[in-house]
Amino acid sequence: MEPILKGRNLVKRYGRVTALDHCDFDLMPGEILAVIGDNGAGKSTLIKAVSGAATPDEGEIWLEGRKVDFHSPIDAREAGIETVYQTLAMSPALSITDNMFMGREIRRKGPLGSVFRMLDRPAMEKFARDKLNELGLMTIQNINQAVETLSGGQRQGVAVARAAAFGSKVIILDEPTAALGVKESRRVLDLIQDVKSRGIPIILISHNMPHVFEVADRIHVHRLGKRLCVIDPKDYTMSDAVAFMTGAKEPPEQDRAA
Amino acid sequence: MSDTSRQPDDFEAAAKGSPEQVAEFEDHHRGFMGTVQHFLHMNPSLVPLIVLVAAILIFGALLGAKFFSPFALTLILQQVQIVGIVAAAQSLVILTAGIDLSVGAIMVMSSVVMGQFTFRYGLPPAVAILCGLAIGTAIGAVNGFLVSRVKLPPFIVTLGMWQIVLAANFLYSQNETIRSQEIEANAPILQLFGAKFNVGGAVFTVGVIFMLVLVLVLAYALRHTAWGRHVYAVGDDPEAAELSGVNVHRTLMSVYMLSGLICAFAGWALIGRIGSVSPTSGQLANIESITAVVIGGISLFGGRGSILGSLFGALIVGVFTLGLRLLGADAQWTFLLIGMLIIAAVAVDQWIRKVAA
Repeated sequence: MEPILKGRNLVKRYGRVTALDHCDFDLMPGEILAVIGDNGAGKSTLIKAVSGAATPDEGEIWLEGRKVDFHSPIDAREAGIETVYQTLAMSPALSITDNMFMGREIRRKGPLGSVFRMLDRPAMEKFARDKLNELGLMTIQNINQAVETLSGGQRQGVAVARAAAFGSKVIILDEPTAALGVKESRRVLDLIQDVKSRGIPIILISHNMPHVFEVADRIHVHRLGKRLCVIDPKDYTMSDAVAFMTGAKEPPEQDRAA
Repeated sequence: MSDTSRQPDDFEAAAKGSPEQVAEFEDHHRGFMGTVQHFLHMNPSLVPLIVLVAAILIFGALLGAKFFSPFALTLILQQVQIVGIVAAAQSLVILTAGIDLSVGAIMVMSSVVMGQFTFRYGLPPAVAILCGLAIGTAIGAVNGFLVSRVKLPPFIVTLGMWQIVLAANFLYSQNETIRSQEIEANAPILQLFGAKFNVGGAVFTVGVIFMLVLVLVLAYALRHTAWGRHVYAVGDDPEAAELSGVNVHRTLMSVYMLSGLICAFAGWALIGRIGSVSPTSGQLANIESITAVVIGGISLFGGRGSILGSLFGALIVGVFTLGLRLLGADAQWTFLLIGMLIIAAVAVDQWIRKVAA
């Protein structure tokens, strides 16, 4: 099967540090691929490379068999790749609706929209409300309240809902449960399964092994700037995975990445 | 280890008994001050409006008809029109978490270009005006490029640009004023913004109308267009804006260029206001515009506030200036009170921000 998103020979250097060292990457259609690795292994750089936030120095990325060249997150987004960053990338003073539609606002029909560039607030609010409800994420009284008045979990929920609502090909989640409590994490994990059931593949970066082992179909173990191996969570234990990513244990020959 | 690791749900079992709802937006009781705080958070231009109305009422009570007449009140509008227009430009830049110290210099430079192009090169006045507007926009574009692409701090860029443009203005104009009569005889269109009309004792000028329309148009654009939302997002957190799909560079360029263009219009209005083209006029416009913006409740840290607030801020300064002068007070009292207002305005801004908690 052809990967939907494929990276080959990716290299990214920051000064004298090589964050990505001829790294390969494959995401299959419809799967949840977890990316794990020790701090500093280059997970974030890998994700930035495929989400357009960083341009690799060398190497190529293919989306659905076509070579792509992202120079900004906007490029990746237009190609159908949505990313929920660890920092969430939201504007605290703006409303939930404004944040969900940032950079892809809907304008009014007719001259109000084409000449006066007026935003279609009612349509945007309805869409935002529907998406949040559809994902069962929260009951919202005021969709126009500023994001800064929400709790950490609520903000995360809005960010995930934004990605789920607009991501057409790939959704990338960077540490989506790191800032959440047990129950809110559960909601986000359910949400991940929900998105998967709609056929959209997900890349999940996480430090939380129980979460990774619960939802992932395959696990990409990242070590020293490259893909060490790709394992099936059904064949290995969490301690095996940790041993691989810290270098305490050699990866099995058949799973070793080329 | 391998047994428990296969059942990642275990650790969550303990939490099963507790209520299932998460992330609800409960409307907890805030108390009176909390309600006020929340309301001001939603409507940031309300504070300066209250101060403005209070100031008008107090001076009206003290001075009676001398102050509370259509003539006196519209005189305030005429006196603040230049600062009001420049403050609109300043507001845009400050909303992006920048600051523009070169607004006054751009204004004077543009007015000098309009005058000199007409009288030195004999261009048709309308063409000279377009040249002046283009020069203002171009200077704004240079500011925008240095801030957005070269990533220099706006304070430094515009501090430098202020000196550069002001010096260029003196060098180019050879410190020479074009007299009012000359303009009136040969290029009356330069004084267009000074044209007056009377509505039942109230005196309006084209410049005053322009200021009011400009602020209303910008208020609409900031609130109801994608561009406006992007301006706020960039001021709030440029990195987040970039990641969530805003073209930060283009937004910053548009803001600085528009600021330059508005300042050039202020230069045109300045000719209407003082009659002549004088390279030494408008020296305090940058400080006065920042004062209006700050009193108007726009946060210097960007992303918060309303442009209507800046207009109210400019009007507050105008009301204090005229009111205290009519009361026969020393002009220094005006500055003293304005200084206190600036500090109070920022204190209120900080308090309103705490609503986030």
